[in-house]
Amino acid sequence: MTNVNSACEQLFPLGFNLVTSGEMIYGEAKTSKGVVALLGTINSAPIGVDLAFALAGKVLEIIQNYPQRPIIILVDTQGQNLSRRDELLGNAGYLAHLSMCFELARMRGHTLISIVYKEAVSGGYLALGMIADRSFALDSAQIRVMALSAMSRIMQISLERLEELCASSPIFGPGASNYVALGALDAVLANDLSSPIEQALSQSEQLDQRAKLGLERGGRKLAFEVINLVINAHV
Amino acid sequence: MRLENISGLYESSARERISLILDAATFQEILPPFKRISSPHLKTLGMPIAFDDGIVIGVGLFEGKKVFCAAQEPGFMGGSVGEVHGAKLTGLLERAAIEKPAAVILILDTGGVRLHEANAGLIAISEIQRALFKARSMGVVVIALSAGSNGVYGGIGIVARCCDYVLITEQGRLSVSGPEVIESQKGVEEFDARDKALVWRTMGGKHRYLQNEAQAYTKDSIKNIRATIAAYFGKPVPLSLEELLRQHKSLGQRLEKFSDCADALDIWTKMGIQNPDQIPSLDDESFITIANRVRDHD
Repeated sequence: MTNVNSACEQLFPLGFNLVTSGEMIYGEAKTSKGVVALLGTINSAPIGVDLAFALAGKVLEIIQNYPQRPIIILVDTQGQNLSRRDELLGNAGYLAHLSMCFELARMRGHTLISIVYKEAVSGGYLALGMIADRSFALDSAQIRVMALSAMSRIMQISLERLEELCASSPIFGPGASNYVALGALDAVLANDLSSPIEQALSQSEQLDQRAKLGLERGGRKLAFEVINLVINAHV
Repeated sequence: MRLENISGLYESSARERISLILDAATFQEILPPFKRISSPHLKTLGMPIAFDDGIVIGVGLFEGKKVFCAAQEPGFMGGSVGEVHGAKLTGLLERAAIEKPAAVILILDTGGVRLHEANAGLIAISEIQRALFKARSMGVVVIALSAGSNGVYGGIGIVARCCDYVLITEQGRLSVSGPEVIESQKGVEEFDARDKALVWRTMGGKHRYLQNEAQAYTKDSIKNIRATIAAYFGKPVPLSLEELLRQHKSLGQRLEKFSDCADALDIWTKMGIQNPDQIPSLDDESFITIANRVRDHD
């Protein structure tokens, strides 16, 4: 289930169309809640300045041409493009711009739902999918900051020890289920892919509930408490 | 070091930086170290912890006006963002959306996600970003500073560019992927992380100001930095369709003009700088004069 078309067939049984432009895909789908805009990436695209700019342009088009149409973000990225050229041209600015375009869409009444259908990594996921109101991943999807082997090398902690820690905590290791436990994903989708999306479309969520969900699910025990301590501190 | 002997931000600590940037003796820290709120995950790994988890946040005055300020501690885990560190910043920005201070000043100095809490760090940065947008949507001006030894990298590089303004010094750097990360993943021929001149002209303050990734460039002196911050008070950048279309056009023009440039020197030449190879060695004042002549931005 790594192909975007086969994922969409199950996500949008009422029909969809997708246009491919380089590593960007866009289009629309029918749902029982109406037509939704589709926007995302394929081939585990690394997100550099050109792709981020193209995606941002599409978000701005949707905002202007289809006010308040929900946007479903179809995520498949190996992260920000690790290249000298992209950093030279200012990838931070392009990825930030993409995030701000999504934020503008949200402010103007577009529900944002992200679905990691194959892979999501680090900075690419931050700008493309994590910005959504509601986030999902297919159960075959990979989500991570970094591969464990690379983490082991940089942190100078043995792979065996890291694997041991991964078994006891969702904090370190790759895996969509870890992101559910930490509150960053609403759910992992298996079997019935379309109903949870339809449901999410009818329950828009403007507040960031991730820290609260992380606490309820036991994955992040401190974030929600600390945020509230700061807000309520007598200073 | 005594505060009065510190002239700039580069080598100072998070608390020194806040004391120097804000009006003297006006800072009140939120969740100060005696509250002992530290990272449970570092403890699990048997790593050293800090009772502020590497970030100082609070409320103070700037030219008599109430501001919120946060500073990442460069000396603790490279200023990296873990669960608690991130939640402190998220909380401060959420509180800013409620209390609407005159400004939020973020003194950033970080490699990005703390790998020891990888997933929680990445999610925390996304939460910081959402809270930042909330503060901005309430009209609070958020100013990011990059003037420290770690630079501003990873997801926080993206967050910095989501602020109203980025202020940078010559020593400041701003990028998503750092030189070491690019080299380790793509090889030394893609990026030689030991080539410091390359690092600075690709990610450093001067280049970032020239291309408008940073909206302000100042000498690393407390006086200059304070004056630059003061100029942004009362000038929030609206998160509006009009503004984002304007930024989109400007980012598009950058791609059109400089897409085929292999090095910052090529970009600077195309911008019309006569002696681009001299840019790195120019003093701040001469650089600013030249930069403001060729920058096509406000």
